[in-house]
Amino acid sequence: MDLDFTAAEDAFRAEARAWLTAHVPHTPLPSLETEEGFAAHREWEGTLSADRWSVVSWPEEYGGRGASLLRWLIFEEEYFAAGAPGRVSQNGINLLAPTLFEHGTDEQRARVLPSMASGEVIWAQAWSEPESGSDLASLRSTAVRTDGGWLLRGQKTWSSRAAFADRAFGLFRSDPDAAKPHQGLTYLMFPLDADGVTVRPIGRLDGKPAFAELFLDDVFVPDEDVIGAPGQGWRVAMSTAGNERGLTLRSPGRFTAAAERLTGLWRETADPSDTALRDRVADAVVKARAYRLFAYAGVSRIAAGGSIGAESSLNKVFWSELDIALHETALDLLGPLGELSDGAADAPAHGGWAEGHTFSLAGPIYAGTNEIQRDIIAERLLGLPKGRR
Amino acid sequence: MRFLLDDEQREFARSLDSMLTAADTPTAVRAWAAGDTAPGRALWSRLAEAGVFALAVPERHDGLGPLPVELAVAFTELGRHAVPGPVVETVSAAAFLDRLDDAAAAAWLPQIASGKAVVSLCLPAAGSPYALDPDAADAVLVVEGDTVRLAETAGPVQPSADPARRLARPLGGTVLAQGPAVAAAAAHAAEVAALATAAQSLGLGRALLDRTVEYVKQRTQFGVAIGSFQAVKHRLADTLIALEFAQPLLHSAALALAEGADHRSAEVAAAKVTAGEAAYAAARTALQLHGAVGYTEELDLALWIRKARPLRDAWGTPAACRARVLAS
Ligand SMILES: Cc1cc2nc3c(=O)[nH]c(=O)nc-3n(C[C@H](O)[C@H](O)[C@H](O)COP(=O)(O)OP(=O)(O)OC[C@H]3O[C@@H](n4cnc5c(N)ncnc54)[C@H](O)[C@@H]3O)c2cc1C
Repeated sequence: MDLDFTAAEDAFRAEARAWLTAHVPHTPLPSLETEEGFAAHREWEGTLSADRWSVVSWPEEYGGRGASLLRWLIFEEEYFAAGAPGRVSQNGINLLAPTLFEHGTDEQRARVLPSMASGEVIWAQAWSEPESGSDLASLRSTAVRTDGGWLLRGQKTWSSRAAFADRAFGLFRSDPDAAKPHQGLTYLMFPLDADGVTVRPIGRLDGKPAFAELFLDDVFVPDEDVIGAPGQGWRVAMSTAGNERGLTLRSPGRFTAAAERLTGLWRETADPSDTALRDRVADAVVKARAYRLFAYAGVSRIAAGGSIGAESSLNKVFWSELDIALHETALDLLGPLGELSDGAADAPAHGGWAEGHTFSLAGPIYAGTNEIQRDIIAERLLGLPKGRR
Repeated sequence: MRFLLDDEQREFARSLDSMLTAADTPTAVRAWAAGDTAPGRALWSRLAEAGVFALAVPERHDGLGPLPVELAVAFTELGRHAVPGPVVETVSAAAFLDRLDDAAAAAWLPQIASGKAVVSLCLPAAGSPYALDPDAADAVLVVEGDTVRLAETAGPVQPSADPARRLARPLGGTVLAQGPAVAAAAAHAAEVAALATAAQSLGLGRALLDRTVEYVKQRTQFGVAIGSFQAVKHRLADTLIALEFAQPLLHSAALALAEGADHRSAEVAAAKVTAGEAAYAAARTALQLHGAVGYTEELDLALWIRKARPLRDAWGTPAACRARVLAS
């Protein structure tokens, strides 16, 4: 058992750090949940990909570096430590790409992945529907067979940044007569500017306009944009969901960096006699460390031939609660300054703590709510009987 | 980087687990609580045969160690089975004596390695003025400032919340050594004790979770297994999450001790507070989900439940650990 890196891994870290030092914008970009921020972040994706840093773990032919999972973790640590911008391509990179690697065709990979890596095409996840959130399999939007493809009909909602994105991927009911709700679903990709698509932005809790609902009225999708076999969409989507909850959506580097910033804030601002607050800072630091080490253990397990299945639900609950704890503790350290948000002149970290706090509150909801994750943990990892859902 | 136990370490854990299961440890725990230490000492000999105490003793004194990672593995199993006695104190006494490097080390370390000597250790600077089970020990070391003495008598024994733990302030005795090396050795021994206690807590928590999962699968109310109720499931899911994320902290702390890394104190503290809190929360959950039967002494579960809080606070309270995490 060891936590030592090889000389080659250290060199990789140094190379990433040097590149980030040279390229990370000095002033933070505007929020990627706004139109101008979205554009600025798209440009940043282009900068990353020009030097092959946008998708380090992908094969080189699609714009990556063929880096191991461990190197990906190292890169992410450096990325967040450098204070680099959030990733506007995250839905594509973390959700669609793994699905295409597992279930897509060579043609699809060649067509979709390079433009995703470069930020030229930005993808939105169109899974949720007004009546189908946690019970995703109850979805009602349909895909009806037509000449050479499918016609999509229905409504999707809460789709992050779909207001500005280029294309979307989601599940549609292709066989309304299937015996069970999980059957007869098909996984498809479609353009957001296609005929029949209406995108209506929905403001979020943080005032950002980047959610959207999508109305689909006989939107044509060619067969080549079906992922996996028609009718097998649930299975295809669930392999994606594991990625979303697991490591790739929220890599440890993010929390390690936040914990560092929190410790700095504590040293600068805290009243040393306030041990209650000190204890919460320590807990957040320890948890960020635990998350990082848990990831290293997971990566070691995968390297030794294991796989991560329902364990990704452990991660999901842990990182989402950790994220809230980190931000709540920071706000308590800041006191009245804590409410200054979004670039406020007087706010430490440009108001990032307040903004990050509001965003952290969504963590237990998206990527499968924590209630659903706890069900999965109890049933699949502890073997408890299935109850009523 | 391979942050995983190797096959040998996993096999070591498995063999200790099956040995302790076969040895009917709960009976030894109950006897220990009742003042009969013979079954506990018998268990102790078998642990020694398996090499547990030798892990804390260097080769030049007939040991195998010091091997902190293997110690963490072993103490997780000791915790899983709620093994009674000053096990943590004995291995940390070994770590202490090893650093003194004199006649006392030569006299005691081979005996510790072989399981012949049960040693208790009292380091008031590390938090508690009490020694654990000094009345059952062959030797009791007390470190005050930079002086260590070999206590003459155990002192009057006081009951603990865990009946299988007995506390006393050891009295009198002769000075064994004095000087800055004593204080340094004591600080090192406190780290080893905190690590071993964290490991015990983790094992204790896992045992509590396992037993509770089995129980909620078979206990029915309202016509169904209580384990199918979401409030029950979610509490157990949280218990698993807390234990799963404590484990890598424990292993990382053991590595830091093995390497003598600068950050070892913060690492050990992080492992200690996390494992201690996780095990105590597991005990609360175990009791709640067992209902009133969990509140009885008859059920072996009580042996684990009552140990959780004392272990959480021994060798570094959560507050002390949190302060150390931020001290570096
Ligand atoms: C910031 C953010 C970004 C998002 N981005 C996207 C996106 O890009 N694409 C997309 O498709 N979707 C997105 N979503 C939607 C998200 O996936 C859903 O919100 C989520 O699946 C939960 O569905 P719901 O909101 O309809 O809540 P509901 O399913 O209605 O649940 C409401 C509450 O009831 C609880 N509940 C429901 N069922 C159970 C049960 N069986 N047991 C216990 N509790 C239960 C839930 O846990 C929750 O607390 C996003 C959401 C947020 C907040």
